[in-house]
Amino acid sequence: MEFLQLIIGGLANGCIYGLVALGFVMIYKASEGVNFAQGDMMMLGAFVALGIGNTDQMGLPFGIAVILAMAIMFAVGWGVERVVVRQIFGQPQFALVILTIAMGFVFRFVAGSIWGYTPLVLETPFAGQNFRGGGLVVGLADLVTIGVTLALTLALWAFFAFTKIGLAAQAASQNQMAAYIVGVPVMRINSLIWGLSGAVATVAGVLYATKGAIDPNIGLLGIKAFAAAVIGGMGSLPGALLGGLIIGVIEPVAGRYAPGELAKMSPYIIMLVVLVLRPGGLFSQIQMKKV
Amino acid sequence: MRYVFKTTYDRDIDLHQHGWSRAKVAVLAGLMIVLPFLVGEYYLAEATNTLIWALAGMGLMIAVGHTGQVSLGHAAFLAIGAYANSALMNVGVPFLISFPLAGLITGLFGAVIAIPAVRMSGIYLAIATLAVFVIVEEMVILLEPITGGVGGIMAPSIQFFGISFDRYGALENFYWLCLAIVILVTWGYANLMRSPTGRSFLAVRDSEVSARALGINVTRTKSLAFGLSTGVTGLAGALMGHYIGFYNYELFSIFISINLLLVVTIGGLGFIQGAFLGAILITAVPQVIAILRDGLNANFGINLGSIPGLDTMIFAAILILFIIFEPAGLYGRWLKIRTWFDIFPLARRDMFRRQKSYLKTERMK
Repeated sequence: MEFLQLIIGGLANGCIYGLVALGFVMIYKASEGVNFAQGDMMMLGAFVALGIGNTDQMGLPFGIAVILAMAIMFAVGWGVERVVVRQIFGQPQFALVILTIAMGFVFRFVAGSIWGYTPLVLETPFAGQNFRGGGLVVGLADLVTIGVTLALTLALWAFFAFTKIGLAAQAASQNQMAAYIVGVPVMRINSLIWGLSGAVATVAGVLYATKGAIDPNIGLLGIKAFAAAVIGGMGSLPGALLGGLIIGVIEPVAGRYAPGELAKMSPYIIMLVVLVLRPGGLFSQIQMKKV
Repeated sequence: MRYVFKTTYDRDIDLHQHGWSRAKVAVLAGLMIVLPFLVGEYYLAEATNTLIWALAGMGLMIAVGHTGQVSLGHAAFLAIGAYANSALMNVGVPFLISFPLAGLITGLFGAVIAIPAVRMSGIYLAIATLAVFVIVEEMVILLEPITGGVGGIMAPSIQFFGISFDRYGALENFYWLCLAIVILVTWGYANLMRSPTGRSFLAVRDSEVSARALGINVTRTKSLAFGLSTGVTGLAGALMGHYIGFYNYELFSIFISINLLLVVTIGGLGFIQGAFLGAILITAVPQVIAILRDGLNANFGINLGSIPGLDTMIFAAILILFIIFEPAGLYGRWLKIRTWFDIFPLARRDMFRRQKSYLKTERMK
């Protein structure tokens, strides 16, 4: 029973890692860039929702607050691409890595100066509601997290697999020049995808905030989500979710049956093992070029 | 404008293009040697710190600037160097042996990590080094008998040939020790870069496929470069441990890794000089901020000290501006200025125009 309980909590946590990882993967799918600020975008999204929704701040209803926060973060993501990322178009990937790390610090500073560094709690309608049955306690927040994540992953997968914009984004990432030649507006697609990943990050942030207090440093969770994206294979949406779930489940189980430090290391050990055995991740998308 | 006539092969591969550049380096080295007589205790300590950062920056430069392997986890190698050196000295090994040994241990560790890591490229390597960093950080806490765990460890004071090199007792001596190590490493590094090994690093950076076609063993070259890089970083870590005196795992946080990346990027990727310029910047900016803060507080009553995290924010802003407007870093900018003066009336804007390239997917290797 205890084991099952751990698994359920782990799955809910894993969904959040998976959602942040989805943001990484979307940007990677569209532009082969890696946004190291994804965790901080999640943090900012949660704080924006908190700023709009909490009674002592703006006090709008929860649903409206989340939607507004998603819209704002869409604009932030779009703006980051338009103003900063586009400037380094054509530079090596490494430049984007450093740039987004720096952007993460800026986000953290912005959130810290507006909402302070003491942990705050987001007011949600499903706080503290639990279902009991057969010795298991399942929080409503956990169920919502799992449900929303599954729906979002499915929607995004369909977006990339079937819609015109999604296909255009994949084309842009696989061969930028060819995409230009056949008329894909690569720049506009990139902006759109950055915006979308900002919105997804907000959902992840709100779901994370349903489980406890948030402060500007929760963005460091992004590193773990990164491990999730790598385990799944960068560029694969279901892979990202699977990676997130693996990490989410392994962590509490390792924490229960092994020393604490080992539990903290476990996501990264799994990631290294995956990288060594299957360098492209579980859902590998790397193919060898024939010269 | 200067014309250099090369009449022998030795002249062609010389470290310095002409005597003037050799003289400049000599003057700089001389100035650094007499620095303790020119400045006070406080600034001497800062200069020592800058030297240590430059050493660490050179370590990262081998990997990032000259072999194109991005590492986000070099703080881990600083930590390994520092703990290895302190632990060895605590069991009675003299500094002269423990110091190179610390570098060797770190280098071997780095090379072992590099063997699986070189199969990855670009972004995957960056992530793998990040994972290594987290694992090393937790290992430091777990290995309490060696590292002192959460409590920390004391770096014993250095003493050999009957002379004390203690950081607090004899700062001048410690400064000269650091300077000697930095000069030796810089000299070795500069010479490495004109040897076949160094040239093969550059070849691997610019194109793995062509490097392989030229008969370079890419895997071996990458592991060697990563091992050397981590070894030098380990040396810097050992010195950093002595500079701080008493430290625990928190000294080597992820922010140190990022600061190191900042050193090499802002300084100028692919230039040894870049590591020094970056190190100067990273140690000087907090001082400038502190001076500005005091000045603003005293003269205008603006209290910047009440804004937490302002330092990191300013670092981040500098980094963003550099990547957007001057990706070649400080040294790249200096090269442009120098060229402008060298060929005075003939310089044109487009001489240094960046060539834009279309993205090439990494999924097809």
